[in-house]
Amino acid sequence: MPDEKDSRMTAVDAPKADGDRLHVIGVPRRRVDARAKVTGQTRFADDIFLPRMAHCKLLRSPHPHARIRNIDTSRAAAHPGVYLVLTGKDVPIQYGILPVSQDEQALCVGRVRHVGDPVAAIIAREELTAFAALDLIDVNYEILTTISDPEEALATPEPRIHEYGEEGNIHKLVALEFGNVEEGFTEADEIFEDTFFFQGSTHLPIEQHAAVAIKDPDGKLTIWSSTQTPHYLHRALAMVLEMPPAHIRVIATPNGGGFGGKSDPFNHEIVVAKAALLLDRPVKICLTREEVFYCHRGRHPILMKFKTGVKKDGAITGMHLQTLIDGGAYGSYGVASTYYAGALQTTTYHIPRYRYQGCRTFTNKPPCGPKRGHGTPQPRFGQEVQLDKIAEKLKIDPADLRLRIVETSNAVTANFFRLGTVNLAECIRRIVQVSDWKEKFRKLPEGRGVGLACSAYLTGAGLPIYWNNMPHSGVQLKFDRSGGVSIFCGATEIGQGSDDVLAAIVAEVLGIDTFDVRLFTGDTDLGPVDLGSYSSRVTLMAGNAALQAAERGKAIIADAVAEKLEVPKGRLRFAHKRVFDSASPDKGVTFQEAVCLAEARFGTIGTVGSYTPPKSPALYKGGGVGPSPTYSYSAAVVEVEVNQVTGWVTVPRIWIAHDIGRALNPTLVRGQVEGGVYMGLGEALMEEQEFRRLPKKLSHALVHKFPSILEYKSPTSLDMPEVITELIEEPDPHGPFGAKEVGQGPLLPIMPAVANAVYDAVGVRIDEIPVTPEKIMKALAEKKAGRDPRFGPSHFPHVNWPEALRVPPPWEGGDGNAVNDVPRREKSRREKEKVLAP
Amino acid sequence: MTILPIESQKTAQIRFTLNGEETDVSFAPYKTLLEVLREDLGHTGTKHGCELGECGACAVLLDGKPVLSCLVLALECGGKQVLTVEGLGEDGNLHPLQDAFADLGAAQCGYCTPAILVTAKALLDQNPHPTRDQIREAISGNLCRCTGYLQIFEAVEAAMLKIADQKSSGT
Repeated sequence: MPDEKDSRMTAVDAPKADGDRLHVIGVPRRRVDARAKVTGQTRFADDIFLPRMAHCKLLRSPHPHARIRNIDTSRAAAHPGVYLVLTGKDVPIQYGILPVSQDEQALCVGRVRHVGDPVAAIIAREELTAFAALDLIDVNYEILTTISDPEEALATPEPRIHEYGEEGNIHKLVALEFGNVEEGFTEADEIFEDTFFFQGSTHLPIEQHAAVAIKDPDGKLTIWSSTQTPHYLHRALAMVLEMPPAHIRVIATPNGGGFGGKSDPFNHEIVVAKAALLLDRPVKICLTREEVFYCHRGRHPILMKFKTGVKKDGAITGMHLQTLIDGGAYGSYGVASTYYAGALQTTTYHIPRYRYQGCRTFTNKPPCGPKRGHGTPQPRFGQEVQLDKIAEKLKIDPADLRLRIVETSNAVTANFFRLGTVNLAECIRRIVQVSDWKEKFRKLPEGRGVGLACSAYLTGAGLPIYWNNMPHSGVQLKFDRSGGVSIFCGATEIGQGSDDVLAAIVAEVLGIDTFDVRLFTGDTDLGPVDLGSYSSRVTLMAGNAALQAAERGKAIIADAVAEKLEVPKGRLRFAHKRVFDSASPDKGVTFQEAVCLAEARFGTIGTVGSYTPPKSPALYKGGGVGPSPTYSYSAAVVEVEVNQVTGWVTVPRIWIAHDIGRALNPTLVRGQVEGGVYMGLGEALMEEQEFRRLPKKLSHALVHKFPSILEYKSPTSLDMPEVITELIEEPDPHGPFGAKEVGQGPLLPIMPAVANAVYDAVGVRIDEIPVTPEKIMKALAEKKAGRDPRFGPSHFPHVNWPEALRVPPPWEGGDGNAVNDVPRREKSRREKEKVLAP
Repeated sequence: MTILPIESQKTAQIRFTLNGEETDVSFAPYKTLLEVLREDLGHTGTKHGCELGECGACAVLLDGKPVLSCLVLALECGGKQVLTVEGLGEDGNLHPLQDAFADLGAAQCGYCTPAILVTAKALLDQNPHPTRDQIREAISGNLCRCTGYLQIFEAVEAAMLKIADQKSSGT
């Protein structure tokens, strides 16, 4: 292990580069939970059936924006088989994932804000009874004006969707400036101004959200739920149910896919918990697919404007990014998303001066939130397509241009993010080589083309969602006389392989097999807190906690074995389920005997480990979004064939290189890369969370265009191209065994690479995602008519931006703090306190 | 005495073969095969993602052919053979498809996996040496949101070779 500086690794016998190869880490392996998955025995939330279990259904608003005048539940309550009817007054306390936007209620009180907002719940003996009784609830609505998109939100300050936020229907405004950007533009040889639009999309996990709650025999509450964030759900439940958190146990069942869509505390979870407490019997809910579309929390639609100054050689002199973000009806992660949309531009290429202005508005649509890449795929698309345009104008190959300006390892960016290892240049060189880029770019026949794009992503958010100075992840290990080791950790298995990561790290350190390890994860009672499966944080954070706990256990066992064998502790090796003298390998004991020796010598053996990310140098307000212990990098080349008669795009091949640090289990890493590429391709070509207004003679309401899997198009096995994956492995000192993230990064370069490839193929710029046949045909028509061969937004509306917080970048002597004090908007601050009187 | 709503009345009854075992089951007559398998027979290996025949997660084999169990009334299944993921392995051993899916990363979250496994089994039963394109075609009605399908193709191909190997060696 070169460059391994982590002191934890030197506790006993840090693996050396030679003579002590790794047995688990880096070896393609069957994941620990694979057998359960291929036998159908993985117990997802809806697979839980308990005696006396009742079923819950939610009555959802048919209106995008309305006042609730009255709800009459008497007919429903009298229906045979109905046990309980709940409305907003039964669970009135507001909650939300972020402390700054506690704007949701489990069942709406006074107002509904999007089609699908829940207003009442029925709990019945049978699911169908509950469903039938929904029709017996009478709700009297007063229809309010609907805000359908951000431009309408800017133009329509009244009625306000929420009584908090910046003003009118603007939820959040961000303005940050790192260095004098105007000066940067003065120094530039060329200035590029481009607008882009990125349509929203949804996660579409195949498992619909489900939850089961019970009142334990001792009166406490247990809830099983398909959640990515059991710890945050735990906190929300305690607050809304007004119960001591110690009396609530949240068990995250393995998620049947999450992708960010199960990261918020949800109304249905709170409702079944409340119902189970009131009825003293198990209560289950499983959402229908249509309801999953209403839960949403998916990709924010973002309109973007990039202004970038460059020198003739491609060096960037300054960048100004503006975003207009469609937040939907609630806050969700939106404040973080608004910052994220401007955060990571600086992490791929050196940008000496940077200004970001972001505006998130409320609209009467299902709330947007974190989808794989959280807030960063949209601006990455704009940035990488603009870079393609810059390369063409400067007559530099797009790969060469990027190689000239890539960021370097351990750099601190203009916005004060400290980078870890940066192997973006190596990623670019590798895909250029394997894709035969130089022989293809601008050289393929008309209708065929290649496009290149790059990206970066966090390996775990540097700050938790609520302020605290405790670890982000904890692991406990129990060493058993049987030679087995049990891992207890709050980390949540959503399919990405978090259980396997924990098992692999512990098994590697202790020299045992991953199948000798038993896992107890995603349970707020059994294991120490892990903040959740989001922000690509689990491998690094839970992994480091597991590494620390395993090293501590190893040290204890080594003490006992060293004493028994009369061998210096430093000479002991843990491998092949044995603990032995490295100088005389026959001299040793089995791992089981070693544990017994340690238990006899020291008593019951258990250890703990925890992980807290390093302090970030970004000290300014807003600098909490974007810092990470280290960042992953990706570069991709996409090949397309464009049918110029139909506009249809076929993708035969994608090459992607990913800077992973170290692949803990290459089988799973490849799966994450290919899965990210797949999801990115879906966004690039077809996926859209779209809305339409019903005809005037009907309600004229704004409704979801495709709330079904049939009409929400996603790629099938027939659409999937060949993917050539190259892993760039330089262990990063921050990651366990050098590992960085892979769950989100590889999705990011796909959308811009597709758009760039379409341009290479047929010479039209589609500055909007998804790149659909219709848009290509429109752009081809423009091209034929001799006009600008482009499809995309033409303007960015006026936003009343606040004064920017000015932070001088490191090379201008900045210390990470702002030099001006932007006055807080006291009015909105006060309104934030009372939040949403209906 | 209050009359129970129809959904609480298990008035329908069928006898069929579930994973090779003669099975009698009583259920409310409106129920789909998916619901009866999961709710009345405790076979939760078969999943659901839409209940509208869109996602493919509920596929089972009905008389050897893949069907979407959310679109099949249980009442239609009397006398028929149903195979679910629970019936894939034999004598406590995993089916070669299950082994290959486990070893090669073809199951990530594992939610679409049971349906893809039985669909792939139907393919291999009917065509022991499918091409990559035939595999693509066979599972094109099963959405997987995690893998990007490639490791699934590879696992089906690996299982195909293993099954052919077993057959030729007579084991």
